[in-house]
Amino acid sequence: MSKKIADPTIPRIPAAAKFQRWFGRNLIRVYMVIAFTYLFIPVAYTFAFSFNDAGKSNLIWKGFTFRNWQNPCGAPEVCSALANSIKIGFLATLFATILGTMIAFAIGRHQFKGRSTSNLLIFLPMATPEIVLGASLLSLFLVFKINPGFWPTVIAHVMFCISFVVVTVKARIASLDPRLEQAAMDLYANEFETFRRVTLPLVAPGIAGAALLAFSLSFDDFIITNFNSGTVITFPKFVYTAAARGIPAQANVIGSGMFFLALAIVLAGQFVNGRKAR
Amino acid sequence: MGKIRTPYLLLLPGFGFLFTFFILPILNLAQTSTQTPVGGGDTGQYEQTFRFQNYIDAFVDNKEQFARSFIYAIIATILALMISYPLAYAIAFKAGKYKNFLLVLVVAPFFTSFLLRTVAWKQILGEEGFVVPTLRSLGIISQSTTLTSTSFAVVMGMTYNFLPFMTLPLYASIDRIDPRTLEASGDLYANAFTTFRKVTLPLSMPGVVAGTLLTFIPAAGDYVNASILGSPNTKMIGNVIESRYFKIVDYPTAAALSFTLMAAILILVTIYIRKAGTEELV
Repeated sequence: MSKKIADPTIPRIPAAAKFQRWFGRNLIRVYMVIAFTYLFIPVAYTFAFSFNDAGKSNLIWKGFTFRNWQNPCGAPEVCSALANSIKIGFLATLFATILGTMIAFAIGRHQFKGRSTSNLLIFLPMATPEIVLGASLLSLFLVFKINPGFWPTVIAHVMFCISFVVVTVKARIASLDPRLEQAAMDLYANEFETFRRVTLPLVAPGIAGAALLAFSLSFDDFIITNFNSGTVITFPKFVYTAAARGIPAQANVIGSGMFFLALAIVLAGQFVNGRKAR
Repeated sequence: MGKIRTPYLLLLPGFGFLFTFFILPILNLAQTSTQTPVGGGDTGQYEQTFRFQNYIDAFVDNKEQFARSFIYAIIATILALMISYPLAYAIAFKAGKYKNFLLVLVVAPFFTSFLLRTVAWKQILGEEGFVVPTLRSLGIISQSTTLTSTSFAVVMGMTYNFLPFMTLPLYASIDRIDPRTLEASGDLYANAFTTFRKVTLPLSMPGVVAGTLLTFIPAAGDYVNASILGSPNTKMIGNVIESRYFKIVDYPTAAALSFTLMAAILILVTIYIRKAGTEELV
């Protein structure tokens, strides 16, 4: 009975029905392949065209070259725009993470009057369209005769990043086991020691995640930046202005580089977390 | 007594910041929205006259762009939901040990710049891309049909660009469903469709609500997709606000439009949350 023998009593299944059965069983896999293809089309395109041997406008495939990768700053303004984005992103992340984490601890760890109002104040910037945030902040700067530029952009980014930091860190705080802190207190740690040696290390991954999120939001922001940056060119702004005449291949190099860098960071983070869990 | 003060001290710097750079600007915007040009003044000079007619003028002049913003955003949100739900479901229930890896794959495309992705779509769907010639040679679209500079391209771009905002909350709430509830439903003779409609869908509602809001709000205020992938005929309200600000220097109209947009979104969102019956969002 161990070997399969062609059984004449079982009718042979026609190919079409076979395919239908396979399709029915693997429907969800087929769907996932299609969905992920759709998700990755623009990424693959951006990556492929970073190797395009195109002059100034990177619209049509003209041949393969490594030149763009060897000299990513070859096109004018690309690297200064990138540097601006990184500087703004770094400063915005720093301030937003500090301010947001403090708020998250207040809301997540304390009962106080005005807690639900605080939650609302955190939710509102996330529910406001970016264009309204950008336009209103610019109006304020104009009233106080502050010219849009580098620092107004940093302020704008801190403003819209805070809420995302609060939400991320708050979620981490909520998932902590309160017994760990009680145990520390039972072992004669005072409040400060408990916070420094138990609570903070446990919340740290949440804070790190929030900082990464804030950086990527800031780095990728266009609408709010466009309103408040004046003559300062950030990377998204550079791409937007260059889009009309075709963006240089070097921008694709930087976009692809960012993609692989971020992917590496996330996968490394997962690896570390996976090890800790074991 | 320090204990009572602690939360307030923690809140103070952050809320001080948000008050100065979020609340104050919105109040200032409200003030700007009822101003009128100074008689004989330079362009960009306005004085407060409490002219509420500004709102009506701004709305009447731009009702087409308003309608378009909401229609595009609603279609993009529905499409994103239809694409994301099966994906989130598959990752939560069928992916096994590849769950985390697939989640990273969902977010990964969004590590490339938002603008670069949109420009990539423009070139893929453009005349020199591979999609248009293929569809033409297959006879699916006529020789004169183009894909870029159409509302199709704008809605497609929006659907694509805001997809992770839909997929992640959906995944979070589907993943929390206890698979035994689905088994129980099957044991009680519900077929797959009934189980989905009566068990899975209601349990994933918080994710559906959060995802649709997180997609709809940025989509309604967006103007990047419309200006890169669209044409003058696909202008959204964001495009109007932007050009009122920078090209025409008409701050009161821009402010009135911004306020109307915000109010419209808040009203829609409130109705939607009431209807969907979940308030665990905030």
